[in-house]
Amino acid sequence: MSARPIATTREMAGIPTGRLAVWWVIASEIVIFGGLLASYIMHRLANDAWSVQAANTNTWIGAFNTFVLLTSSLFAVLAHKAAVEGNGKKAARLLLYTAAGGTTFALVKAYEWSVEISHGYTLASNTFWSFYYTAAGLHALHVIAGVVIMLIIAREAARNLELHRVELIGIYWHFVDIVWIFLFPLLYIAK
Amino acid sequence: MAQAATHEEHHDHPNYVRVWAILLVLLVISVLGPMLEIQVVTLITAFGIAIVKAYMVAKNFMHLNIEPRYVAYLMGTMLIFMFLLFTAVAPDVMKYEGVNWTKEKVVQPDPGAAHAAHGDAEHH
Repeated sequence: MSARPIATTREMAGIPTGRLAVWWVIASEIVIFGGLLASYIMHRLANDAWSVQAANTNTWIGAFNTFVLLTSSLFAVLAHKAAVEGNGKKAARLLLYTAAGGTTFALVKAYEWSVEISHGYTLASNTFWSFYYTAAGLHALHVIAGVVIMLIIAREAARNLELHRVELIGIYWHFVDIVWIFLFPLLYIAK
Repeated sequence: MAQAATHEEHHDHPNYVRVWAILLVLLVISVLGPMLEIQVVTLITAFGIAIVKAYMVAKNFMHLNIEPRYVAYLMGTMLIFMFLLFTAVAPDVMKYEGVNWTKEKVVQPDPGAAHAAHGDAEHH
């Protein structure tokens, strides 16, 4: 094993540097999504008319996508378990299942949006739809980014390389899941 | 270099499939509960259950419970920032008058009025 030019652990932090970095990423993401959701909630409470607009979102599509993300999170954590056991091939396979879940989510979202846009509900229709497309769109970008990173990590993991990264992308993916857990009732259920 | 994660080596993994199954049951409840159209039930089943689901994912899938305590404090601090933002900005958004100021109500366009019903509105 060649010497590494960078530190991979921090004695003071008590956890590997990579994991600490992911937690910091998530901390900043909480502020980004938290600010967006807090703004949505205050506007939603101030505008009764938003419930009329929210009635035009499809609960079943939202519920299906929630199921897809929860299931992909299961695959992500099982991949992490396989990585801990040193089974890179299994971890890579489970990461591919996770990525498939993310891709399914994005495709369903694309279908859903195309139907809504064809019915005249666009980013500029009113502030409800502006929030809807901004929040769900920002989340979808995170899903797509997660899938790309996951495929890169899966390629390495299949060769039993850098298995600790399987956990790192998993933590990120679970956070993306948590964001959707809150977006789902806000955008699809509260009508 | 094969470098497996370290902190779970000293902890038993929870039954992830069982956690996932519970999350799915909670998802079903969060969809069916609001169909009763009782406000309190909607709040509990939709938003209360969302908090429970998020807690379960953070604890069991992200393993936040076995990270050093400061990681949870870091996440909690960010959530406090979110509540600070809400409490600071919400009065301007949610109130229409105060001391020496009023705000005009804006009637927003209703794109649904000009188009065929879509989504759940089709069922009403």
